[in-house]
Amino acid sequence: MLEDLFKMVTARWGGDDDDNSPPVPQTALFKCPRCSGSCDNEALERNMWVCPECGYHSRISAADRLAITCDSGSFMEYDKDMAGQNPIDFPDYEDKIRSLQEKTGLTEAVITGECTIHGEKCIIGVMDSHFMMASMGSVVGEKITRAFERAAEKRLPLILFTASGGARMQEGLVSLMQMAKTSGAAARLAQAGGLYITVLTDPTTGGVTASFASLGDIIIAEPKVLVGFAGRRVIEGTIRQRLPEDFQSAEFLQENGFVDMICERRNMRRTLAHLIRLHRPGQRMGGET
Amino acid sequence: MAEENTVPKEQLTPFERLEIIRNKNRPTIRDYIPMIFTDFYEMHGDRLFGDDGAVLGGIGRFKNMPVTVIAEVKGRDIYENKSANFAMPHPEGYRKAIRLARQAEKFHRPVICFIDTPGAFCGVEAEKRGQGEAIARSLAEFMTLRTPVISVVLGEGGSGGALALGVCDELAMLENAIYSVISPRGFASILWRDASREKEACNIMKITAADAVHLGVAERIIAEPPGGAHNDPETTAENISEFLANSLNNKIGKDIDVLLNGRYNKFRKIGAFTE
Ligand SMILES: [Zn+2]
Repeated sequence: MLEDLFKMVTARWGGDDDDNSPPVPQTALFKCPRCSGSCDNEALERNMWVCPECGYHSRISAADRLAITCDSGSFMEYDKDMAGQNPIDFPDYEDKIRSLQEKTGLTEAVITGECTIHGEKCIIGVMDSHFMMASMGSVVGEKITRAFERAAEKRLPLILFTASGGARMQEGLVSLMQMAKTSGAAARLAQAGGLYITVLTDPTTGGVTASFASLGDIIIAEPKVLVGFAGRRVIEGTIRQRLPEDFQSAEFLQENGFVDMICERRNMRRTLAHLIRLHRPGQRMGGET
Repeated sequence: MAEENTVPKEQLTPFERLEIIRNKNRPTIRDYIPMIFTDFYEMHGDRLFGDDGAVLGGIGRFKNMPVTVIAEVKGRDIYENKSANFAMPHPEGYRKAIRLARQAEKFHRPVICFIDTPGAFCGVEAEKRGQGEAIARSLAEFMTLRTPVISVVLGEGGSGGALALGVCDELAMLENAIYSVISPRGFASILWRDASREKEACNIMKITAADAVHLGVAERIIAEPPGGAHNDPETTAENISEFLANSLNNKIGKDIDVLLNGRYNKFRKIGAFTE
């Protein structure tokens, strides 16, 4: 199912940066949550789902993300069939998962695999906020951890596109422990000398911000995305006043020293490929060529 | 022996346990330190921004052995709570913890962490100074710390703010302590949009010491006197000491790489999925 979705999107995109996709008849309108401007979905898609009015980088599916990031046909998925269970016997959790799987065509909130980006081989993971706000339960934790472990084993760079509402409440403590598990795996990859690039996308919050999303050697963010630890409403409740509009934005994080660069979606592929090339063993001082 | 103490003596509901740990006379780390450690010196500051009163750090002796102690601080009165921010750390608290843990590694001291927090502080300054990054870094640093780490949940083990001191070789919980992904109140308000359903949340969240052992999160339960630790802090402190002595005995002198693999695998195997 996902493969089909992926093929469909790659066909539309041709997996290239400056592609002119064939017109797909669509009448639905996109209404921008940031500037309230609107455009038709086709124009939005041509613009890589970035609002043409204000530049808001809207939330996209993992399949779309892979299609605009990986070289066409290069993506090979890992752990495709991994699905969640119900570790704390939370009422109706299995039903909720099942109905989301049907609705989204995803088995869980993250897709991981191997691909090339402008010819550069890497391991890639993409979280999809359409699946329970990409909250981190057992499957997300396990797939991300395996991605780190494989990156260390295969000596490949790892790129993770993060998006998450935080912990998966329905998995209780088991969800919380995924923070330690993924961060531990990130620490081990770092010790092995592997390159890990985080791309923060809208929204990256809670337990994912407080674990692997903050541990990249290089941390990139898409413009204006929401990134933070605590929820905005929780903080507003604590301080009893409204927070400024740009609070917890990518720009706010960069200003405070937690993001290396802000990169527009249309430049992401090229940027990632360049960064990977800069870390090739042959490029390092005293390295082999 | 510790085995005796792993059997909870009282059958209470999770919510009854929550009420016990909320008792205003429940002993805090400041009560326990003089009962468990000698020659204790508190150390301040993260060397980056400031000193967080919600996280206490220091060095002292446990049964003559130098150890580093890192703990979340519940206040016993309004003044202590003000300086300890009701045990809700800011990023500088976690960075102080990391600094002292690395120092312990350098001087080959074991690290003993005490967890007692509703969670990391949620506020403007905490966000500005990178609360998420501070917790993430703590998780990564403790996972690779080349010295034994033992953690004890004294009362409330709230969320990532607790886990930041919980990446360890062995975790024990006091009999009535809880450990949860979010406070029961927060859980009820997020999932049911009704914070008043706290009691109900508490009873389905699997947050007791026995639950944590069952889920592979905790290894030991430390017995409390009937009715809770506040009824007999000295006995509780003795039970904690007994656990620490046993645990340290098993870890000191063990090959550090074996210990680190064990620490990694303890967390590595937590998760429920099919493939
Ligand atoms: Zn817009």
